[in-house]
Formats: sequence, structure tokens, C-alpha cells
Amino acid sequence: MRVVFERPRTLIKKPFTYCPGCHHGLAQRLIAEVIDELDIGAVTIGVGPIGCSVYIYEFLNVDFVVGGHGRAQAVATGIKRALPDRVVFSYQGDGDIGAIGTAEAIHVANRGELITSFFINNAVFGMTGGQMAPTTLLGQKTKTSPLGRDAKVHGFPLRLAEMLKVAEGSAYIARVALTQPHLIKQARECIKKAFLAQIEKKGFSLVEILSPCPTNWGMTPEDAVKWLEEKMIPYFQLGEIKVKEGDFNGAS
Amino acid sequence: MEKILMKGNEALAEAAVRAGCRMYFGYPITPQTEISEYLSLRLPQVGGVFLQAETEVAAINMVYGASATGMRVMTSSSGPGISLKQEGLSALAIAELPCVVVNMVRGGPGVGNIQPAQSDYFQAVKGGGHGDYKVIVLAPSSVQELVDFTYRAFYLADKYCNPVIILGDGMLAQMMEPVIFAEPDFPPLPPKDWIIQGKGRGERKFIVCFALDPQKLEELNLKLQRKYRLMEEQETDFEVLGEDDAELLLVGFGTVGRILKTVVREGKKEGIKCALFRPITLFPFPYGQLKEEARRVGRVLVVEMNLGQMVEDVRLAVEGIVPVFFHGRTGGMIPKVEEILEKARQILRNEVYHESRF
Ligand code: SF4
Repeated sequence: MRVVFERPRTLIKKPFTYCPGCHHGLAQRLIAEVIDELDIGAVTIGVGPIGCSVYIYEFLNVDFVVGGHGRAQAVATGIKRALPDRVVFSYQGDGDIGAIGTAEAIHVANRGELITSFFINNAVFGMTGGQMAPTTLLGQKTKTSPLGRDAKVHGFPLRLAEMLKVAEGSAYIARVALTQPHLIKQARECIKKAFLAQIEKKGFSLVEILSPCPTNWGMTPEDAVKWLEEKMIPYFQLGEIKVKEGDFNGAS
Repeated sequence: MEKILMKGNEALAEAAVRAGCRMYFGYPITPQTEISEYLSLRLPQVGGVFLQAETEVAAINMVYGASATGMRVMTSSSGPGISLKQEGLSALAIAELPCVVVNMVRGGPGVGNIQPAQSDYFQAVKGGGHGDYKVIVLAPSSVQELVDFTYRAFYLADKYCNPVIILGDGMLAQMMEPVIFAEPDFPPLPPKDWIIQGKGRGERKFIVCFALDPQKLEELNLKLQRKYRLMEEQETDFEVLGEDDAELLLVGFGTVGRILKTVVREGKKEGIKCALFRPITLFPFPYGQLKEEARRVGRVLVVEMNLGQMVEDVRLAVEGIVPVFFHGRTGGMIPKVEEILEKARQILRNEVYHESRF
């Protein structure tokens, strides 16, 4: 019999502990599938953040290091500089990479640090219970913007991926969502390209993954998917934001 | 062995390389920047990595990542930068990752100034960051000790899987003295079987800086405390100097310890009989040994380049059995031999009745 569907080897056999309708599990499964496909599980080191994303270290069967909130890319830099032939990735939420870790994000991109970052954007702080994130949409109500995000008070939702595009050292940047089968397929391709940009030493790579947080959005999983498609995607447009061809000219 | 004339910062940096340090992450701040400058050239020569980080916060977290792979790694800074590194130090302590952190202390608080001070004593020895943790703190008092203690720092970091701080100051950092680089001779160290390198064919490993289950976190904290007790038993170090008939015990660390040696010598000429007790490890602090000396001598004068920090540990040590006097200068002012002698004269003439703070 031909096997058409199976659990990725890199995904540890245990049920995800994320809320119903959360896409963390899906995102992590895709990363695991790509690690299998590229056959890099033995040489891959993951770096976790603080926030809901941190649980990735319980589900992916690769070596993991977890440091402080917002510091995953600095930790990843230390690892990659020590072990340049390993594949090093960070997996971070919007608070981690887009608020407290912005300095790290800009500078790993600018140095062309040969790491890959996965950025789960769900427009709220998930683990702490739904406070405003840098990516919270205008008008979106959160625990710390109870009347809705107001640009005059809170500023605008941060498009981090576009910001990192202008850094000379970034080689591959894409934004994806996992709400439709064809989008999931595209996301898998982008994850693969991001890892390849690192393996082929082209520079820093990042995949932003739009993800629902039904728990903190106060929605059913179905409504959350709809909201993501109708509200988030128009502001955070999907697609490949930067694909750098040619020789690498960043950190080695 | 050949003596070389070197600046404190550069001697320390060279000692780090000789002790096997192959990675350095830092951010410029006076008065320790020559450590970075030296290593930016020297580390690549030995196949190592020098990286100037975007912030002190990033630097210490790069240290965290590098240490997790088993590399000998160092960062250095001065007061304000060390404050930024506390988050990372706390994480390194719970994750039990070795590293060496140099603090060439400058005047504080705030940005203070760039002159020598000892006002980061509390920060270094009482944890500094959040949570119940300790780091070993070594207090050198000469350029030669910067070299020797750097060797020792890397050894102790690996022995205990713990950060070690070298607490210098702007004076030691900037002064030039002849130094000898002995071959570092480390006793056997435990194997680093915990390092992260990619799982290869084996079982995967992970290093985290938390334990979400309260019972587990308590167990982890108790384990750390057992390690700190072991450090107290095995690593406590100090220097004692002076005659048996001393009437006043001078206590000071680092640069002040050195000044106090002159005070002992000069005092002797005019019949002021002082002894010196210089703590070399500030954590673990030599409480028991200091108490013995204090009991023997009878009166204690603590001198610091701050307004009274180590003196609290001295008072804890002597447990009230003898009076403890204090003389402190701050803001980059360095206590002079004559002013300390004058204080000693007053104490011995019973002119200072209170255990004065300044
Ligand atoms: S709180 Fe939000 S991000 Fe966190 S697991 Fe639940 S749905 Fe996912």
C-alpha cells in the first residue's frame, strides 16, 4: 500500500496543547514536514521564545534552546556563530519579535545572520491573555485597548516583514496564512525556501505566519478564520516580500 | 617567564583567549572598551568569533546561545551595561550555563561617570537580576590578578556550569603593569554532556530557562542552592596581611585592597598597627574567616569606593562582636592613603565613637 499521509518524523507523538482553532499546531507541523523533506532533523537547532509559541520545543523532535522574552534571535545568533554548519531557526510570536525583540529582529536581518525566523502573527499577546500587540489592527479591541486600537494613542499595526525587507542582509521574506488548503501549500513552500536561503548561505530568512487566536479574539474557531481573512490579510498582505538572488553578502 | 607591560583591559582579554575563550559578544562602554577592541583582532587569529552586538541585552543572550553549544564565551561591560545584562544573567543561572562576565565598574548611579568605583558590589554579589540565584564574583586588585582571575573565572564557570563575574573597576582596567602569562592549568572538569549541537543520531536535548511546574521549579531552585553551598565550601578566597599585634583590621576589596596595603605599611612607620583582610571572592564571601580575624584584632575599618555596600557583609560576618567602622568615597574619587590613616588614628584614639558610615 502506498502511504499518502503520515505524521512527520520530526513531530513528536503527542497531542498539541494549543486552544481549539489555534494555528500554532498547523504551523509547527509544516515546519516539521519541511525539516523531514530537507532531511535536516539531525543538524537543526530550534530556538524558542516566551509566549504561546514557546511550546514548540515540546512538539518538534530537534534540539532546542529557549532564552528570555524577545531574545530568540540573539540566542540563535550565538548558536549559529558557534556552529555555522547547523541549521538554526527561531519561532516567535508578535510580542516577542515585534515588540520586545525588535532590536534583535532588525539586526539579525541587517547582519544577514544565517538563521531562519518563523513569526506567528495573531495580532494579540496570547499567553498573557489578549493584550494589544504591535500587530493589533486599528479598531481592534484587546484587553489593553478596550475601546479599540486608536492610531493617535497606540500608533499603527507594525508590518515587520516589510521593515526587514529593506535590510541588506535579509535574503528571503514571506508572509503566509493557513486558512485554506492552497494557502497551506504555499506556506509549506515558503518555509522550505526560507530554510534553503539559510542552507545556501544567502542571508537571513523570515516567514510571517498569520494565525488566529480564537481564545483572545473571543470568537469561535470558524469566525476567527473569517476575521483573519477579512481583516488581517488586507492589511498584512500575503506573498513573497523579498527573494534575493545571487551571492550572499552578509554574515558568514 | 617573560614579563610584559600591559593595560588591564588588554591583559584580561589576552588571558581570556589563553583560557580557551573562543567567543565574545559585547557592546562598547567606557572604561572597558579595550577588551572588545583587543578581542576583535585577537579572536579571529585563533579561529574564534568576535561580534559587536546591537545592545547589551542582545550581547548577553548571544552569550547564552553560544554557551549552550559548549563554547567558552565571555562578555564585558561597565555598570549601566551590566544592568542591561541582568535579564540574561538570570537566565544563564537557571539554565546552568557557564560564561564569564567582566564589569569594569564606573561611577553610578544612572550613567554616573566613567571614573573608577565599587558601587556595583550589591548588584554583583546579591544576584543582580530577578530570582534566587548567585554568580561567583572575583575581585582582582592588580593587572596580574586580572590575568590570573580570568583563568580562574573560566575554570570555575565550567566547573559549576554558572556565570562568573570579574568585578574590576576603571582604575584596574586602564592601568599598565608588568604581567606574566602562565600556562592555564585547569584541574579536570566535568564533561559537557548537556551541550546542544543538533541531535545527530542520538536523542534530542533542550535547554530552557524556566520550569512551569511549581514543584519542579522549587526542586530546581534547591538544586541551585546546593551548588552555591558547594561554591562556599570550595571556592572562598581571601588575603590576610599584617602583624599579629595589629589593633585595627582594614577590610577592602579590589583597588581598595591594594591601597590598604600601603596604609598598613605607612601606618607601621608611625606605630599604627593595622592588618589587612582582602576578600578575593565576593561571592562566596569569606564570612567565617573574616569573623576570626576581626575577633583576633578587635576593631574593623571597612574602606570602599562606594557609600557602604560590602560593609553590610562585614557586619554580618562579625555578628556584632567587634565595632565596624566605615570609610567610603564615591563618584570616581579614590580614597587616599593619608585620609584612611587619619581615620585609623581617630578610631585608635577612640575619637570615633559611633560605627560611622563615612
Ligand atoms: S491563547 Fe491564542 S495563541 Fe495561545 S494557544 Fe490559545 S489560541 Fe493559540
